[in-house]
Amino acid sequence: MVNKSYAVEVDQLRVSRGGRVVIADLSVRIPTGQVVGLLGPSGGGKSTFIRALVGVQVVESGTVTVLGQPAGSPDLRHRVGYVTQSPSVYADLSVEDNVRYFGRVLGAAEAAVQEAIDLVDLRAHAHDRVENLSGGQHSRASLACALVGRPELLVLDEPTVGLDPVLRRDLWDLFGRLAAEGTSLLVSSHVMDEATRCDRLLLMRSGAFLADTTPAQLLLETGTPDAETAFLALIDRAEATTRSGAGGGSAA
Amino acid sequence: MNGRLTLLTAGRVLRQIRGDHRTVALMLVVPCVLIGLLAWIYASTPAVFDHIGPALLGVFPFVVMFVVTSVATLRERTSGTLERLLSTPLGKGDFMAGYALAFGAMAVLQALVATAFAVWVCGLDVAGPVWLLVVVAVADAVLGTALGLLASGFARTEFQAVQFMPAFVLPQFLLCGLLVARDAMPDLLRWVSDVLPLSYAVDAMKTITASSDALGDVGKDLVVIVGWIVLALVLGSLTLRRRTP
Ligand SMILES: Nc1ncnc2c1ncn2[C@@H]1O[C@H](COP(=O)(O)OP(=O)(O)OP(=O)(O)O)[C@@H](O)[C@H]1O
Ligand SMILES: [Mg+2]
Repeated sequence: MVNKSYAVEVDQLRVSRGGRVVIADLSVRIPTGQVVGLLGPSGGGKSTFIRALVGVQVVESGTVTVLGQPAGSPDLRHRVGYVTQSPSVYADLSVEDNVRYFGRVLGAAEAAVQEAIDLVDLRAHAHDRVENLSGGQHSRASLACALVGRPELLVLDEPTVGLDPVLRRDLWDLFGRLAAEGTSLLVSSHVMDEATRCDRLLLMRSGAFLADTTPAQLLLETGTPDAETAFLALIDRAEATTRSGAGGGSAA
Repeated sequence: MNGRLTLLTAGRVLRQIRGDHRTVALMLVVPCVLIGLLAWIYASTPAVFDHIGPALLGVFPFVVMFVVTSVATLRERTSGTLERLLSTPLGKGDFMAGYALAFGAMAVLQALVATAFAVWVCGLDVAGPVWLLVVVAVADAVLGTALGLLASGFARTEFQAVQFMPAFVLPQFLLCGLLVARDAMPDLLRWVSDVLPLSYAVDAMKTITASSDALGDVGKDLVVIVGWIVLALVLGSLTLRRRTP
């Protein structure tokens, strides 16, 4: 079933990497026009899930539908923006040259190139080579290369890692503005207090979702004061079920 | 394939090379130094220099472009830029052709400098047209690029990529007829050398220096070289995968 109100529909996804099952059986729907947070412990399968959405991951079985089309279809390639976990830009080119190259590949005009540089606040470093930037500037350059195509769905793998609180707040403000303009965003993160900036949350552990909820509901259900405690409570609960042999690991 | 995306990619690769002054200098100066050295070694027997010099004009661009391309492509794989590019409308063919075009342009520059140096400074005697030397050198460079793109598909690390240079290049160098005439080799080796592209590159260069009416023979050699370029690019694009495990 293709439904326009979902940016992503995943059905019984199964992915193995290096001979190990990373995602066993995952089904989820992600609504359009919202900022959806993908949170969870390291090694839980966030990047693998994201790679499956953008169609660069070999999947064993299951279907992944993005904006109404199978993930990775040619038609999706200028509608989905993807930022890899480690910044993927050309270190030996300037910020502007990077954004311009990826922008032109995506069919963007020069105005969009300049706008993307402003959006990530790299105007002052537009002509610096990326290898001479700080870690946070480097990852913002990578983000600009995805923003420039003005995609309908923006998939960001830990875009705020290594950024100071001010920049993090500015970026989350930006994500909120993009969502208000109709862009769908999926943003993975380790930082639990960023959960409150999301419209929806997916909590992922061992390739399965422990929760698919809103921030308010998460706190309500777990009876905890903040997202971090809520998340820890959920993980403890999941580990207790796994230990007692009740067969944990199935999607929430 | 899409002409616009190919040109964009070629432009981006050239911009990267242009920012790396030392690589540009090495690409242009090293062949001249080696040819100068050769001319000096054979100072007392200029006929030998006239025999070996042109062959080397064909080998240098091949080797240099092979190494540069295989390392550059491997960097695209390990830095994640390739994964990102292949999630955009850019096709594998655009990627391969973009690199071939960019390094082909560098090769024109390199061939012009090296040939001018060999002919006017070192006094290389060329019976045929000098521009034809440049054409063959550029074809060799693009061949090096195409094989470098292919080889990088089998390398996981930059160490491996560099090791592919002796593995891909030295056997061709030994069998190309520069050390021992190809007719004088054992049958099996001669057959192998009949297949390898560098043999045709060296043959073409020899023909140009030896005969003033070289166009026909050189044309046949060029057809074989271009055939190899196309084959290597097609095989190379098969090693580029949108989806990886
Ligand atoms: N290239 C790979 N080859 C084999 N296994 C891999 C590969 N990449 C990841 N894995 C395995 O897949 C599992 C999930 O990894 P993934 O990168 O999706 O986690 P993650 O949630 O993104 O972690 P992090 O928050 O640290 O980025 C891990 O157990 C990891 O060992
Ligand atoms: Mg990850």
